[in-house]
Amino acid sequence: MTAAGAQAPPRRTSPLARLLALSIVPLVAVLGALIVGGIIIFLSSFATGEPDPTLPFQAYASLFRGAFGSVRGILFSIVSAAPLILGGLAVGLGFKAGLFNIGATGQFLMGALGAAAVGAWVAGAPAFVAIPVAFLAGALLGAAWGFIPGALKAWTGAHEVVTTIMLNFIAGAVIGYLITGPLEAPGFSFSRTGDLGNAVLPTYFDEALHLGVFIAFAAVPIIWWLLWKSTLGFEIRTVGANPDAARYAGMRPAFITILTMSLCGLLAGLSGAGQILGISHFMNASYGTSIGFDSISVALLGRAHPVGIMLAALLFGAMRAGSGLMQIEAGIPVEIIDVIQATILLFLAADVVIRRALHIRAPGAEPEELQTVSKSYGSGTPA
Amino acid sequence: MEAIYGIPVIGVLFQFIGYLIDVTPGIAPIVIGLAAPIALGAMCGIMNERSGIVNIGIEGMMLSAAFAAFLAAGLFQQAQGGEPSGGPFGATPALMVGVLAAILTAMALSALHAWLSITISADQIISGTIINIAAIGMTGYLNRLLISPNPRLGAGTFSSFDLPAGWEDIPIIGWILEMFLNQGPLAMSVIVIVILLQVLLFRSRWGLRTRSVGEHPRAADTVGINVIALRYRNVIVGGIFAGLAGAYLTLEGTGSFQNGMTAGRGFIALAAVIFGRWTPIGAWGGALLFAFSGAFGQAVRIRPPGDGYPGLDAIMGGIPTQVYGALPYIVTIIILAGVVGRSVAPAAVGKPYQKEGRAA
Repeated sequence: MTAAGAQAPPRRTSPLARLLALSIVPLVAVLGALIVGGIIIFLSSFATGEPDPTLPFQAYASLFRGAFGSVRGILFSIVSAAPLILGGLAVGLGFKAGLFNIGATGQFLMGALGAAAVGAWVAGAPAFVAIPVAFLAGALLGAAWGFIPGALKAWTGAHEVVTTIMLNFIAGAVIGYLITGPLEAPGFSFSRTGDLGNAVLPTYFDEALHLGVFIAFAAVPIIWWLLWKSTLGFEIRTVGANPDAARYAGMRPAFITILTMSLCGLLAGLSGAGQILGISHFMNASYGTSIGFDSISVALLGRAHPVGIMLAALLFGAMRAGSGLMQIEAGIPVEIIDVIQATILLFLAADVVIRRALHIRAPGAEPEELQTVSKSYGSGTPA
Repeated sequence: MEAIYGIPVIGVLFQFIGYLIDVTPGIAPIVIGLAAPIALGAMCGIMNERSGIVNIGIEGMMLSAAFAAFLAAGLFQQAQGGEPSGGPFGATPALMVGVLAAILTAMALSALHAWLSITISADQIISGTIINIAAIGMTGYLNRLLISPNPRLGAGTFSSFDLPAGWEDIPIIGWILEMFLNQGPLAMSVIVIVILLQVLLFRSRWGLRTRSVGEHPRAADTVGINVIALRYRNVIVGGIFAGLAGAYLTLEGTGSFQNGMTAGRGFIALAAVIFGRWTPIGAWGGALLFAFSGAFGQAVRIRPPGDGYPGLDAIMGGIPTQVYGALPYIVTIIILAGVVGRSVAPAAVGKPYQKEGRAA
């Protein structure tokens, strides 16, 4: 096959065929990971008692029933997907600019903190004031937490892989201090923020869905528009594909780096704000989340495309939603979901192997901009 | 001293220096111990990055190794039964089995990283991320499955070397001896490993080849060095150090396993590598610095400056304790931001190598 042939646009393929080509590797990865997960579940039955070859099937049946077995289960899956959509976008948007945001945890926590603190402060205001203000506080605090690693990278060259992880731990310390100190609400038996009052999000469908879920899904077309229909998006993608070319074209990679990381933080912050305002309604000093690594998995499985991210988030949301029933009925620890996630990523990373084994010529599973992330590891500032 | 400490503004700085001198002897042995896993992780990072491979999976390798060490040592102890006979450093057979399990686990994960990033040419940062996520998932899963129902599982810890009586009273030398020698075997091994790696990397044929593969693999290939094989070997051998770091956490540090107990040390190790400009001794210096900030944070909470340093006590007493707890993370960011611009990575880091003629 010649180089020219490889680059020729696939003109005669139908949209459906293109969709299949795009999704075949992720689908095989998910299927393969479920099989590997099943083998691990089977092996673990040796440790707990009688070897039971039906255990994986029982476990997956419970998982499926927990996630899709009832209307309530389906709605819970969607609710669980909402923070993952925003988190996945927070990571995926970074990928597009050649940035690897492993700090979604910290940005999520700061967003949650902002929403919890400001929400309690405006609890007495009418809902149409309290809710936007609380959301905005969360988004801005998350954006600030994303701005820091962006600025550090642009101005000093400190790679975001290390700084964002450090900021995750620092966010935990900030929350521990503020919620046991200045933000502690009086009158509770443990340290927590005050009641949200009118800042609590309205719920729909028998209280199953909250407003934050709709905001998460609305973010998908907005980010798509930003990336592919706006000038800023074009600059983001150019910087991600080739920072040098972007600079020669008169763009400012340093500025784009800072702005993109701040936007990533904003999305993760919205995710945290939604969880507080819509679900937990307060924040305690040890509030934790698994959003950070989940978001990376979602962004990678979704190939850093907003629609892909939404689909991947729905898959992982369903797994998280169903895993509780699986633990109760089949006795399989919920952590198996993390193992399955990691295995999905493993298959995606080894997509060359999958494509060769299946004799398919599908595009690679990783967003191309990722190469910028790795290559920039030793090279300092983008400007 | 009173007079100096009384100077406005600058006096507080002198008080801070005085306080540092005051607390340092007490925390020095702790610093060496706290630095051990970071330094070992950094050695793993150097083995990788000097060969041209980014490895952000050190955290996950460490966590898996810590888990494997604890589980293997505990199960061996349980199978053996009875009161174990401790050798030097209280090294029981169970503890040795634990260390071995840690090393093998980290080497296996390193082999996976090598395969993904060298043979498959997958993105190296993603490969490391997979290892981190898999480590959190697998250790959390197996912890719930195997360790939680078995609360008596455990094999204790290695014990520290005791200086002969009276040695620590020798001025200065005694203090240095106690700092370096009043340690368990794994922390003590760090010093040997760091010096050995420094010498090998800059004074041996292997070191020259490794550095050339990390800087300019094409040129190395041209003069007959097997780039792929050398990278494989170095990445897998680097896993030994990540394994030792993990074993330190469970078998020398705490004697137990908690989910996520590495707490970012694998990433701090990456910062130490950059701080040390990809030299083993420099990276160890970075690890000591980060460990010192951690130990200092602990010391402040146990023994605040007090009346001897009136101005300083007022300032430091006003800082929330959580700040001291997060000190290693804060210092890591500051150091990384301050040093990285002047620190140049091996040129081929993060770029997969493909022999000429194989390009598609």
